[in-house]
Amino acid sequence: MTRPLPYPWLLAALGVLVAALFCVSLLVGPAGLGFFDSLAALLAGRGEAETLVMREIRAPRAVLGLMIGATLGLSGAALQGYLRNPLAEPGLLGVTGAASLGAVAAIYSGLSLIFPLALPLMALGGAGLASMLLIGLAGARGGALTLILAGVALSALCGALTALALNLSPNPFAATEIMFWMMGSLSDRSWTHVGLAAPFMLAGWAALGFAGRGLDALTLGEDAAASLGVRLDRLRLAVVLGAAASVGAATAVAGGIGFVGLVAPHLLRRAVGARPARLLPAAALGGAALLLAADIAVRLIAPERDLKLGVLTALVGAPFFLRLVLSTRRRLA
Amino acid sequence: MSLLTLRGLSVRHGDRVAVHPTDLEIGPGELVGLVGPNGAGKSSLMRGALGLARAGGESSLAALPAPARARAAAWLPQAREIAWAVTVETLVGLGRHPLRAPGAPLSGADRSAIAGAMARMDIAGFADRPATELSGGEQARVLIARALAQQAPLTLADEPAAGLDPAHQLACMGAFADLAAEGRAAVVSLHDLGLAARFCTRLVMMAGGRVVADGAPDAVLTADRLREVYGIETFLTRADGALVVQPMTLSRP
Repeated sequence: MTRPLPYPWLLAALGVLVAALFCVSLLVGPAGLGFFDSLAALLAGRGEAETLVMREIRAPRAVLGLMIGATLGLSGAALQGYLRNPLAEPGLLGVTGAASLGAVAAIYSGLSLIFPLALPLMALGGAGLASMLLIGLAGARGGALTLILAGVALSALCGALTALALNLSPNPFAATEIMFWMMGSLSDRSWTHVGLAAPFMLAGWAALGFAGRGLDALTLGEDAAASLGVRLDRLRLAVVLGAAASVGAATAVAGGIGFVGLVAPHLLRRAVGARPARLLPAAALGGAALLLAADIAVRLIAPERDLKLGVLTALVGAPFFLRLVLSTRRRLA
Repeated sequence: MSLLTLRGLSVRHGDRVAVHPTDLEIGPGELVGLVGPNGAGKSSLMRGALGLARAGGESSLAALPAPARARAAAWLPQAREIAWAVTVETLVGLGRHPLRAPGAPLSGADRSAIAGAMARMDIAGFADRPATELSGGEQARVLIARALAQQAPLTLADEPAAGLDPAHQLACMGAFADLAAEGRAAVVSLHDLGLAARFCTRLVMMAGGRVVADGAPDAVLTADRLREVYGIETFLTRADGALVVQPMTLSRP
């Protein structure tokens, strides 16, 4: 067995990868700016149009890609650790569905036409409502199973209401807009979107960071972890609220982006020796790298067609998921 | 000085009473074997005492805040759960969790406790292997080592010897006997009455959620009581100064 990379080196390598992808993300776009022109515009404000493109279009897009990717990777790792199941992913909580429902309601009601920020705001509201419901249903007591069931119920309800909105859509344009929004994308996002989502994401990250120690102890099961001094009720609250706040905010500004939260922890689990606490920062960086790479890819593959980010992550993620199923089956055989 | 005091501790599972109000005191130097038929309330008594199951009455351990309780008592549950493919050494190291500040690296004391526990359970050779790849019995020994590494004054273990080969059953009970000899204490639920008679300084026998006998192994394990509690006929003799118990047949009703 080859010895894995020492943990600090692994994090450093992932950090370098994310930084590199972040820079590439800044340099890719339909405006076709040259490398040095882009840098001069971004840093020194040289050239009016270029500066606008760099500072108001590409920079927020890259920042959102970084933050959303990190959110998905981190929450995926935390939920997998808490549920002790490698198939858990952030969408499981139903918060993604609820944020989508909020956004869909904004489009359906026409509010988003009158006031564009109504969309992310209503999506945030949906996510907040869902988080409260989730805590109410699977709150201080009740184990992992209650949480999964509550999340499934919430997802199903939100999915049904979203389908209802599509069903009763006032005109085909609204229906199309709803469909496109739900596919998930980072195009045409502004600093306002970053400002809306960032506080919730940062708060969520803080809560999830606090959970690491407890997640390590949970490797031994709930009983043993409790006997090691882990407060399971607080741990559950930290994981659920942290994931719900950050993923809700991510979905509110970018739509549903699947598979990153499932895949990022998986790719890195072996490299961190399967330790749940160590997986958290690694999966956050891995998620950021995956999402930035996917967002670069959608712009390179089909610059004219506005290929949706969520479509690409699902296209790449689903085969990976199948491979995971196969390897799990092999291990159980 | 008592390491665990129970006053009228009772445990319910829904409407069913698992443990009727029970008094119990465990002191330093004791290796207490908790014996009794399936469903007698052994696990419930230990979980109630640790504050892991909702219980009535008083338990000196359950009254402690969680971090202090983790330093006062180690718990080895019956379910042998290892969720992730962490190395054996990492898993044993989780026993040091209550003694370490968040984010602190392993101290010298941590390392020697981990190495000592692994040597005691004969798993030092697997230190770098993923714990999930070991056999069931090997995993059981890894989990016992985790509890030993905690170095708590009191260790409670739910059927630690189940599924071990005879040599490792003896090694496992020997490790708990050493804890008692060092002035710590252990409460161990057991189905192997032979092991219980040979190693324990005291036996507590439960049946139907009540303690039906409490005392030295010779006093607790009598042919009549085993017939009454388990419904078995037993061959009892002595060897090397300790009781030998061999269940023979089911009693005729």
